[in-house]
Amino acid sequence: MADKENEALLISMQGISKVFPGVQALVNVDFSLRYGEIHALMGGNGAGKSTLIKTLTGVEKPDSGRIFLAGKEIHPKSTQHVQSLGISTVYQEINLCPNLTVAENILIGREPHKWGRIDWKAMNAQAHEILERILGLDIDVTHTLGSYSVAIQQMVAIARALEIEAAKVLILDEPTSSLSVAETEQLFQVMRKLKGDNVGIIFITHFINQVYEISDRITVIRNGTLVGTWETASLPRMELIVKMIGKSITVLDEMLKTKAETGKKIREELVLEAEGFGRSGDVDPLDLKLHAGEVLGLAGLVGSGRTETASLLFGLEKPDSGSLKIGGKQVAKYSPLDSINRGLVLSPEDRKATGIVDDLTIRENIILALQAGQGWFKYLSMQKQYELADKYIQLLEISTPSPDQPVKNLSGGNQQKVILARWLATNPQVLILDEPTRGIDVGTKAEIQKLVLALAEEGRACIFISSELEEVMRCSHRIAVLCDRQKVAEFDGDVDEQVIMQAMAGES
Amino acid sequence: MKQMKSKITWRKITESKLFFPLLTLSLILLFDLIFIPGFFKVQTRDGNLYGSLIDIMRNASTVMLLAIGMTLVIATGGVDLSVGAVMAISASVAAIMMNPVIIGLELPPDLMKFMNDPNFTYSPLWEVILVTLIVATICGLWNGLLVAYVKIQPMVATLILMIAGRGIAQLITNGVRIQIFYKPYAFIGQGWIVLPFSLYIVAFVFLVAWILTRKTAIGLFIESVGTNFRSSFFSGIDEKKIKLLAYAFCGFCAGIAGLVASSNIKTSDANNIGDALELDAILAVVIGGTLMSGGRFSLLSSLVGALVIQAITTSMYALGVPAFALQAIKGVVVILVILLYSEQARSLLRKLSTQKEA
Repeated sequence: MADKENEALLISMQGISKVFPGVQALVNVDFSLRYGEIHALMGGNGAGKSTLIKTLTGVEKPDSGRIFLAGKEIHPKSTQHVQSLGISTVYQEINLCPNLTVAENILIGREPHKWGRIDWKAMNAQAHEILERILGLDIDVTHTLGSYSVAIQQMVAIARALEIEAAKVLILDEPTSSLSVAETEQLFQVMRKLKGDNVGIIFITHFINQVYEISDRITVIRNGTLVGTWETASLPRMELIVKMIGKSITVLDEMLKTKAETGKKIREELVLEAEGFGRSGDVDPLDLKLHAGEVLGLAGLVGSGRTETASLLFGLEKPDSGSLKIGGKQVAKYSPLDSINRGLVLSPEDRKATGIVDDLTIRENIILALQAGQGWFKYLSMQKQYELADKYIQLLEISTPSPDQPVKNLSGGNQQKVILARWLATNPQVLILDEPTRGIDVGTKAEIQKLVLALAEEGRACIFISSELEEVMRCSHRIAVLCDRQKVAEFDGDVDEQVIMQAMAGES
Repeated sequence: MKQMKSKITWRKITESKLFFPLLTLSLILLFDLIFIPGFFKVQTRDGNLYGSLIDIMRNASTVMLLAIGMTLVIATGGVDLSVGAVMAISASVAAIMMNPVIIGLELPPDLMKFMNDPNFTYSPLWEVILVTLIVATICGLWNGLLVAYVKIQPMVATLILMIAGRGIAQLITNGVRIQIFYKPYAFIGQGWIVLPFSLYIVAFVFLVAWILTRKTAIGLFIESVGTNFRSSFFSGIDEKKIKLLAYAFCGFCAGIAGLVASSNIKTSDANNIGDALELDAILAVVIGGTLMSGGRFSLLSSLVGALVIQAITTSMYALGVPAFALQAIKGVVVILVILLYSEQARSLLRKLSTQKEA
C-alpha cells in the first residue's frame, strides 16, 4: 500500500497491537522514525512504551500490525535477527564486560590477528579510531571499561552497537537516568553527532527537560493507545504533560468536602521539618514542612525525585546535607528502625519487592513492623497478634477467609491494605505513602484515598505520593512539586491543575 | 458439615511441614518391618533400652544437633558448610584441655603419673565444655560476620572455615590425635539413662532452639528475612543481626555435636570427626521441608529428616548391603524423597485426595 511513503521513513510501525493475558498492552499503535531524527517516546509507567519497543526489537511478537525498515517490511524474529538488520538497543543497564578493556569490549569477537595471535597494538589503535570517528571521544582504550564513568560506558556500548552491527537505528532506553548533568551533556553531544550521520534515534526518558533539549519529535502513549505524535517545537510542555497524564472524569465531591473540613483541623504543631535536606545524585537540598493533621501531596513525574525524597526521609539512605526534625526533635541516626520508633513510616512504592513478605501470613505481615520496633524478646502474645490482625482486617475491609492466609494469596489491593495495616499498627505520627494506589482497581483506590483523609482527621500527618495528579489534588491540603530532582514549587491544595502541571514541566 | 471439617483437617495435615518427613520415615520403617526380622526388637539390659531403633536415634544424634542449627541458617536464606570442621575444632579444644601433655606441657611429676588415668582430667569437665562451646560459637560468629556484614555469599564465606577449620584443629593438637581417657567425658556420647544420653542432649538443644525462635520474635524475623530481606529491612528488622545470630547458634550446635562425636570415639581425630556431616545436616533440613532459598522452617521436621537419613543407613547395614554401595543407595532413596516434595507430586496428591472425598 503506502510503501512509497514508507521509503522516506527509516522505520514505520503501523497498527501494532499486543495482548498479554488479561491486559491489552497495545491497541493499534502507529509509530515512525525519520532518517537523522531524535524521536522521544513518552508515557507513564505501564503505558506501553517498552512493549512497543519490544515488538520492534524482536523480544515480543505483535498480534497484528506491520513494521517497515527503510521501506521494506520486516518480521522481527529475535534480538539477534533485528540487530543484523541494523537496529541496536542500548539499555539502562549496560551489558558489556566491565573487567575487560574498552578496546576488547568494542572489538570482542572480531579482533585483528597477526601470525595467529591477537595483534593488540592494531586492536587498540582500531578501537581508538572508532571512538574518535563515531563519537568524537578521545579516551585511553587500554583501561578497563569499569574504570570509566557510566556515561563513557554507555558511549562505548553505543560505539559497539554502531560499529559492529552497522546500526542505522539506535534505541536508547532511559540512558540518562543514572547520569549527572555533565555526563548527560556529553551523551547529547554524541547523539547530535550521530543525528548528523543520518542515524535515527529513539529516545526513551522520563526527563521532560531533556526531551525539549534534544528531540525533534515526540510520541506519547497512554494505556496502550497512541495519543499522538508532534514536532517538539510545536508542543508546549504543558500540553505534553496533559497528554501523558490524561484526564479521567471521576468527580468525588464528597471527598473534596471532607478535605475542606479536615483542612480546618490542621494544627500549628510541626511534626516534620526538613531544611536543606538532600543527597547528591538523589535529591537536591529541599525544605519541607508538615503540620499535624495535614496531608502533603508530592507531585512530579516519574524520576523527578519523589521516591528518593521519601526514602531519604525514612532513613533508607543517609542524607549528605541539611537537617531533619521529627516531632520537634533533631534526627541524628537514619535507619528504618529508628524512623519507626520516631513515629515516621513509609509505605514503599514497590509492593512486591519491598512491601509484602509473601510467604508469611496476613497476621504476621501486619504485626511485623510493630514487633520490629519492640525488639527480639518482647514478643507480642498470640492473642494480641490476632486482635490486631482482626482489627485491621475489619477496619480496612481486607477480604480474606482468615488472618492465617499467606499474604501472597491476596489480590494486589488487599496486599496494599495489609501493608497499610502494618504501618497503622505502629501508631505513626507521619505516614509517607508512595504510590499507595498503583495497580489497584478504582473502588479500592477511593477507599485508600478516604483512609488518608480519615488519618489526617485523627491528627496524623501524611505525605501522599502518586503519579496520578488528580488523586494528589483530591487528597492533599498542600502540594509540593518536584521536577528533575528539585523541589520547584509549593501550592495550596485547591490550586488550579494547570498551575501544577506547569510546575511539573519545569516551567515557572 | 462433618465432611467439610474432615476435608479441612486432611488438607491441614498434608500441608504441614511434618507430614512428608514422617511419611518417609514410616515408609522406611515399614520396609524394615517386612524385610528385616527382629528390626523392631527392643531389649532391656540393666534398665537401659537397646535395639536397632535405639541405634538409629543414637547414631543420628550428631546430625540432629547440626540440623537444628542448620535449619535456622538455611531459613535466613544461607547455608553453613563449615559445621563439620567446627566439630573437629571443638573436639581438638576439648581433648587438649583434658590431656595437654601432647603439646609438650610439663605437668608436675605428681600429676604426670595420672595422665592416662580414666579418672584424671587436667581441666574440670564444666570448664572443658564451656570453653569448647565458646570457641565453637566464635566460629559461628565469624561465619555470620562474613555473611551479614562483609556480604560474602554464604556458600563462599563458610567454605573458608570448612577448609581452614580442619587445619586449625590440627594446629591446636600439634597434628597429633589425642586419646581421651577421661571416663565422665565418654558418658556424653556413650552413656545411657534408659535411652542414650546423647538423645537428652538433642532434646535439650531442641528445646532451647524452639524457645528461642517460637517464644520470642526471632523465629518470625528469621522467616521474614529469609522470605524477603528487603521488605524486612523496610519494616525495621535488623537483618544483619538476625543472620549473625543464626550463624552463631549454628556454630554452637556444631560445638555440641563435636563434643558428642569425640566422646564417642574417645579421640580428637581432626581429619575424620564430622567429615562430610555438613552435607547430611543440609540434607536433613531439606528433607524436613525447609526451602534452601529460605523462609518458613520447622525444627521438628529437620530432626525427623536427620532420622530418615540414619534410618536409611541402619536399614541398609541390617540388610547386609556392603558399605561401599551404601552411598549410592542412599542417593537413590534421597532423590525419591525429594521428588515426593516437588510441586507436581503434591498437586497430584491433592487431586487424589479430593477425588477420594468427592
